[in-house]
Amino acid sequence: MYKIDPNTGKQKFYTTDAAKSVLSAVISILIGMVVGTLIIVIVGLTRDGITTKGMFDGIKLVFFGLFSTGRDAGDLTFGFNPVNMGNMLFRGTPLIMTGLSVAVAFRTGLFNIGAPGQYLMGTTATLYIALMLPTETIPAWIVWILAFLGGMIAGALWGCIPGILKAFLNINEVITCIMTNWIAANLVTWFFDVRDSLKNSQEGGKVGYILPTSSNGVETFKLGLDKLFPGSQVNGGIIIAILIAVLIYIIMTKTTFGYQLKACGSNRNAAKYAGINDKMNIIYSMAIAGALSAAGASLYYLSGHTEFFWSTYQMLPSEGFNGIPVALLASNHPIGAVFTGCFMSMLNIAGMQLKTLTAYNEYITDIIIASIVYLSAFAMIIKMFINNRQKKKETLKQEGGNK
Amino acid sequence: MAEYVIEMNHIRKEFPGIVANDDITLKLKKGEIHALLGENGAGKSTLMSVLFGLYQPEKGTILKNGEEVKINNPNDATALGIGMVHQHFKLIDVFTVLDNIILGAETTKLGFLQKKEARKRVLELSEKYGLKIDVDAKVEDITVGMQQRVEILKMLYRENEILIFDEPTAVLTPQEIEELMEIMRGFAKEGKSILFITHKLNEIMAVSDRVTVLHKGKYIGTVNTKDVTKQELSTMMVGRPVQLEINKAEAKPKDVVLSVHGLTVPSKVHKNDAVKNVSFDVRKGEIVCIAGIDGNGQTELIHGLTGLEKTTGGTITLCGQDISNASIRLRSQTGMSHIPEDRHKHGLVLDYTLEQNLVLQRFREKRFQNHGFIKFDEVRKYADELIKQYDVRSGQGPVTVARSMSGGNQQKAIIARELDRDADLIVAVQPTRGLDVGAIEYIHGQLIAERDRDKAILLVSLEMEEVMGLSDRILVMYEGEIVGKLDPNKTDAQELGLYMSGAKRNQNGGEVNV
Repeated sequence: MYKIDPNTGKQKFYTTDAAKSVLSAVISILIGMVVGTLIIVIVGLTRDGITTKGMFDGIKLVFFGLFSTGRDAGDLTFGFNPVNMGNMLFRGTPLIMTGLSVAVAFRTGLFNIGAPGQYLMGTTATLYIALMLPTETIPAWIVWILAFLGGMIAGALWGCIPGILKAFLNINEVITCIMTNWIAANLVTWFFDVRDSLKNSQEGGKVGYILPTSSNGVETFKLGLDKLFPGSQVNGGIIIAILIAVLIYIIMTKTTFGYQLKACGSNRNAAKYAGINDKMNIIYSMAIAGALSAAGASLYYLSGHTEFFWSTYQMLPSEGFNGIPVALLASNHPIGAVFTGCFMSMLNIAGMQLKTLTAYNEYITDIIIASIVYLSAFAMIIKMFINNRQKKKETLKQEGGNK
Repeated sequence: MAEYVIEMNHIRKEFPGIVANDDITLKLKKGEIHALLGENGAGKSTLMSVLFGLYQPEKGTILKNGEEVKINNPNDATALGIGMVHQHFKLIDVFTVLDNIILGAETTKLGFLQKKEARKRVLELSEKYGLKIDVDAKVEDITVGMQQRVEILKMLYRENEILIFDEPTAVLTPQEIEELMEIMRGFAKEGKSILFITHKLNEIMAVSDRVTVLHKGKYIGTVNTKDVTKQELSTMMVGRPVQLEINKAEAKPKDVVLSVHGLTVPSKVHKNDAVKNVSFDVRKGEIVCIAGIDGNGQTELIHGLTGLEKTTGGTITLCGQDISNASIRLRSQTGMSHIPEDRHKHGLVLDYTLEQNLVLQRFREKRFQNHGFIKFDEVRKYADELIKQYDVRSGQGPVTVARSMSGGNQQKAIIARELDRDADLIVAVQPTRGLDVGAIEYIHGQLIAERDRDKAILLVSLEMEEVMGLSDRILVMYEGEIVGKLDPNKTDAQELGLYMSGAKRNQNGGEVNV
């Protein structure tokens, strides 16, 4: 199973677990995109007004939408598009965070489907702190930090609820997560409903929105990224997300804390037997997951120019749920989540290109994204398949050798 | 009419690495109560599973009334009139008694249940055999005894003629056992044939007509109950008292390390306490063995002792410290090592590497971490040492994933970890279960070496040879109580067998023997 390179004495890369994870993720993404292509073709053939050329344009955009630079003389042009690139990083930031949230929980044997609720609680705490603290007396950067931390604490507390119920009463975390999601949704609506000062009443007809934090002078630093990707919304948030991913990676692999968390996730009985407090570890795990989801929301809304739409209380933020495919595609690896989070937001960008440059509407792109999300769950099945193939080959070889 | 209603001839059933049934013959007469006796792992349950169609034998034939039959699944068995009351009841907790009885054999008209008729029949059967039940109660609300009566009524409702009882008395109170015996006699009088699986000699003597004895998957013989004594049956069940050659010096017990007083642990399966008011001491430099047939409270006793389960009474003192309510970690730090019964459930994190598993309790020690960061070099060094010292073999050394190791080496890894912690008390639960002779010898040697280094060792074993050969003192557990304290030099396997099966009992705790 494990090939050792005779020269370096190290395991050959293509047989490592990491290589298999990457390969399986790439395969499931490709299958998803092929399904997307099929949908484009089917819609193109059945709907009037879409030419064969339009169909091919659509397919091109599904794969290379990120590099689309518009149209020239009726033909699609491709190249480096700083706006798309920057926006991918910006929109990828919350996805990376919710992906990390789901991945950490997975590693410890929990399925955190509560990311949307934690994300909402983070949004609320962050916005409230960022808008209510007077920047005339407190420096804006301190308000920023307080708002960021406040969001994370709110998310952590919210994540604790399913954690505590699981640890002490053994109630399935999936059920409590779903319930706390809806409680969060209604709680947030109620919270903003009675706080008129936070609503955007300056611009006509926008009271459904909460003021952007820039109205209080609170904004994430740009770190020069706006120069690198002019015209996009990108800011330092992506850097913070990457740093947090690295931090989570270090905690999970290098520390005794991560060792305990994973031991509990992998075999709760053995962890308990070894004197590890399994109940507390479950709660820690859910608290961290909650804090990470909420941090995603904080980074998104502290960018300064994003407005939170509070009045449709039925909605749960898709960033929360999309953390699940982000984590699955990354095989729950924190660093992998950075890439898969960006990939998910890239699909979003491609979708927008599809909408502006072709006759396909945004709903088609949603279906394509959905099919890729769906297939991302296959990443694990594909990995199993790769493993089995390799084992088969090995045994065949061994049998051959024995003869 | 054939003499036997069921004949199982020369049955052989293998599982990977073990022959569970080797050429076993069982003949059941009409209207008799036939007991099937054997130690744990003797192959009783396998044989019954073959008869009930759960397993297919590799060799051998089954005859019903002299004609060969093929039983491929439990439905075939039911069609032949064979019914079974499993040791763990197969009832649906949230269904009523009536629904449970008719489930799978419902009377319907145009697809609608005819519960009225079913209820009438169930009540008639219940009346006729004196099986008191409440047909409308939910199974989760009734006593274990009544649940068993529901299982029996299930068989009667299906008009089964051959009734198998798999260790039916394990979960019953003495009164309920008496009632059950009466019911069984009634069935036999009716002409029904009963197969009664047990390892309790008293019950066999009380109720059975004939006994078939199995030992380690082999057929020992069939005898008429009235022609044998309990002692003879015990010898048949245990086999020859073969001493496993274990060389050890005389024990030199010193101070008391572990003192257990009045320990009571509730059962997770039934309402009775699994461990009832148990007291004993373990001293430095001795191996104390808790012997008994599986399921007599040993597991719960160890779980209570090691902190895996909450106790409801009694005190545990380890190295002079009261640890009755201490956390597992504190117990471990106070000086308790634990080689667990189930190495996959408790002993190892199977997805962790060997080195990660070797520091499962010790990763917090200063030696292995610095401000919360694991010192990987130290862990590797330590793992290499242990692997070498205890000869743990694996594909890739310290980075081997525990799951991919052989059972024997997994156990060796656990032994290495637990013994190297240098705890004053070593709790070893079935440390040689499922291992080959070489590994067994090795582990026995290690345990004796630890004893000679003045460690206190508490051993739980189901293997007669291990109990006799390894221990310096024997405590026999039966139904949650210590019924005998024996000296292995002054007793033999037969006497031990009598204690284990509840036939003999030392009211004063057997102090005279020690």
